[in-house]
Amino acid sequence: MDTPMDQTESQEPSGAPNSLPTGPAVAAMIAGGIGTAVLGALTVLAETGLRARDSLTWSTTVGPLSGETILAVGVWLASWALLHLALRGRDVKVRTALGLTLALVLLGVLGVFPAFFHLFAQD
Amino acid sequence: MGLTLREWATIFHGIALGGGFLLLFTGAMAGLHGLRAAALTGEGQRGQLALLRMVTSLMAAVAWLTVISGTWVINPWYRSASPTSPRSILVANPTTRAWHEFAFRLKEHIGWFSPILATVVAFVVAYYGSTLVNNNQLRRALMVLLSLAFVFATVAALFGALVSKVAPVQ
Repeated sequence: MDTPMDQTESQEPSGAPNSLPTGPAVAAMIAGGIGTAVLGALTVLAETGLRARDSLTWSTTVGPLSGETILAVGVWLASWALLHLALRGRDVKVRTALGLTLALVLLGVLGVFPAFFHLFAQD
Repeated sequence: MGLTLREWATIFHGIALGGGFLLLFTGAMAGLHGLRAAALTGEGQRGQLALLRMVTSLMAAVAWLTVISGTWVINPWYRSASPTSPRSILVANPTTRAWHEFAFRLKEHIGWFSPILATVVAFVVAYYGSTLVNNNQLRRALMVLLSLAFVFATVAALFGALVSKVAPVQ
């Protein structure tokens, strides 16, 4: 399968590269931010009570981290696929996308920060 | 020198994989920074791109192996219900409880941010290839995300090492 770079190289044997729409890069960046934010949200959720913790405990030896991480990775990949399909042919501002990604990552950091998620501890 | 299987696994997770990720970061960052039109000839560009693709892909793979081995292999030993498990030892004593409640809880979660961000960087480098040379904004965005992946891995590695020092997996 040709990658975009291979296509570019085949079109431009002289070495002068074409530009590609920024959509796929933006989709990957924002999806990465979504993945981290979801992990943060699930970490907080697991603290809110035994029921939530049990529902995220997909492996008894690993604990709630098993469900939190598998779900976060699943949401990350699904959102990446959807965003990629939506943005693949479009030029999107990279700076705006980076700002959104950083905001989502910051939310993720807040969610996994013990001093924060302990605020929601019910038991 | 007799090390148990668990100690070997912890060393592999922390030193070989975690340390490898941190080392690869330097190469990836230098590669991204140097990938500028003004700094490269056509031949140099191809060589640098091939290296950058390899390093960023390896970085992402190593990051995934680190968190998967940490979560699914080391973590069950750490948190086992046995009174001699590191977690049991730490939470039983009020003076060491914070090592679990803060350091380990932060480490076990934040470490997962690194492979996600490293994969984003590896994908964009592979997808855009030589067009990255002329797209400074995208290249800079990748450097920011790569730096974040490094910071999160460093926090996880630091707290992992400190917790292991206080209550090692044996």
